[in-house]
Amino acid sequence: MAYVLEARHLDKYFEQPVRFHVLKDISLSVNRGEFVSIMGKSGCGKSTLLYILSTMDTDYTGELYLAGKKVTGQSREQLAHIRNKRIGFVFQFHYLLPEFTVLKNVMLPGLKLGEKSTEEVREDAMAKLRLLGVDDQAHKKAARLSGGQKQRVSIARALINDPEIIMGDEPTGNLDSKNSENVFQVFRDLSVSRSLSLLVVTHDEDFARRTDRIIEMGDGMILGGGHAPAPAS
Amino acid sequence: MKDLRILLDVTRTHLLSRFKQTAIATLGVTFGIGTFIIMVSFMTGLNGLLDGLILNRTPHIQIYNEIKPSERQPVDLYEGFADNLNVVRSVKPRQTQERIHNGAAILNYLKGHDSVRGATSQVNARVFYLAGSIQLNGLVNGIDVNEEIRLFNFGDYIVRGSPEDLLRTRNGILLGAGVAGNMSVDVGDRIQVSTVAGGLFSLKIVGIFQSGLAEVDNVQSYVNLGTAQQLLGEGRDYVSNIHVKLYDIDEAGPMSRRISDQFDLTALDIQTANAQFETGTTIRNLITYAVSITLLIVAGFGIYNILNMLIYEKMNDIAILKAVGFTGRDINVIFISQALIIGLVGGLIGLVIGFGVSVLIDNTPFVTEALPTIKTYPVNFDPAYYIIGIVFAMISTFFAGFLPARRARKIDPVEIIRGQ
Repeated sequence: MAYVLEARHLDKYFEQPVRFHVLKDISLSVNRGEFVSIMGKSGCGKSTLLYILSTMDTDYTGELYLAGKKVTGQSREQLAHIRNKRIGFVFQFHYLLPEFTVLKNVMLPGLKLGEKSTEEVREDAMAKLRLLGVDDQAHKKAARLSGGQKQRVSIARALINDPEIIMGDEPTGNLDSKNSENVFQVFRDLSVSRSLSLLVVTHDEDFARRTDRIIEMGDGMILGGGHAPAPAS
Repeated sequence: MKDLRILLDVTRTHLLSRFKQTAIATLGVTFGIGTFIIMVSFMTGLNGLLDGLILNRTPHIQIYNEIKPSERQPVDLYEGFADNLNVVRSVKPRQTQERIHNGAAILNYLKGHDSVRGATSQVNARVFYLAGSIQLNGLVNGIDVNEEIRLFNFGDYIVRGSPEDLLRTRNGILLGAGVAGNMSVDVGDRIQVSTVAGGLFSLKIVGIFQSGLAEVDNVQSYVNLGTAQQLLGEGRDYVSNIHVKLYDIDEAGPMSRRISDQFDLTALDIQTANAQFETGTTIRNLITYAVSITLLIVAGFGIYNILNMLIYEKMNDIAILKAVGFTGRDINVIFISQALIIGLVGGLIGLVIGFGVSVLIDNTPFVTEALPTIKTYPVNFDPAYYIIGIVFAMISTFFAGFLPARRARKIDPVEIIRGQ
């Protein structure tokens, strides 16, 4: 079996305002069911790396594999499909569509995938919301939720298509300690109970310490913890 | 097309959550299309009226015998001078009769022709209307009343009495309004008419007609064919003019040339007889379309503006949608469909409003000397303009939405998400 996520020799340059080597020969891997955090100082390139790993940023050299399949070089449509089906996202600023109901927000990626009927997607979405304890908010507009609730809804959305990996860009960065703890527990549960892989960029040392592995970054390089043990065959 | 349903769902939410802006953009289109419909209906209605002034009463082809010099003079016929350059000075018109030779047969032939809606013969007689010792110049037209009504809307111009009265009354006359005014006579009175040859006739006035053209109303009057033939002292087969109405007015030119060649008569087609009126129509139409298109373009800019703003506001939404797997094409579809829905809804409301105002105009009193039967402003309710209107609304909103949507498609989600 292959790694859920593997990056080989990623390099990226920023051209503006001056040419800048932001990621230098990054190689890393994530196993199935692993809860991994990426830590590093501001500006070390960890968010940049995450957006490459998430397939949203295609301007890099090197190779990216998702569940053993090469992602690098695929068309934008194919990448969008990969993001839709196989990757879940949780951002720092919750990123829900404010004018849609909570339920619709969760349903949208599922509907886009189009593998299930609208009814099935609705039931799935309700199940995910229940899992995260926000099912009572389902018919409210997303804009009316509190910060902690929004983050849980966005986790529910990340789960809707049962992805292989969830990526988070400082998912607790905007939350108080109680809500942070909450989100961490949710991640931990998902990792254990559903053997979901998680890759989370964070500043929060407490948060990072309790994950399975910390990838340490500095100046665009991985300082340590980049590789998972070889996956069991 | 499950995908499309989801995208339209997003579209709907976007449009409804910004209802005020959507309404304003929609109103822009409504205004443009509504004005277009009103303008076009009213202008083409007026055009139709003005054209009708000429088209309705003018035969597509007039056939008559023109008094003119022979084209081939006797010297041309003599073979001995064939190689010479012959110059004949002071050529006079050829002595010829005014009547159309064998008119009844020609009329029958024309009536049987496929592209002819109808043909009718006329007898023209120059007369004097007598009022005491005063003689007024006049022209009496002998007509086939029923055919004139059917083909040339003759009934529309009768302001007093009715054309049928002419049929019923022997020696009846329909007098031009100008003549009647000058002679101060009215329906029921009798009028003395003297012919050029000197005959004196007493005719009963059965009606007054008004064409709107003073030069016609001041001299012309109508009688039955038989009466006119009597005035001239001619037999029942005397015909001086044949008027032809075709199904397709554009055939008038070629048809008139054919008739002219075949029967050796002068055949005048309507385009030659009324060259100025086509120019007028074309230019009025041009103005109408120019103004309407300007209005629609202005509406288009309004939509462009509002969609642009909408996309700025929806940057986050676009980034999220792209992050969770919607493609650039999906985003494009979302914004284009917003533009098209605004165009469709605005356009339809515009059509309804345009129709409403057109009905209003259509019922506004409008009295004109030219057309005694017209009581309200003319409006053209041609469905083609409504189709053009809605199609233009869709096209202009599509282009107005095209650039903003393309920008939305190209938005890089990473930039938006990182920018926070």
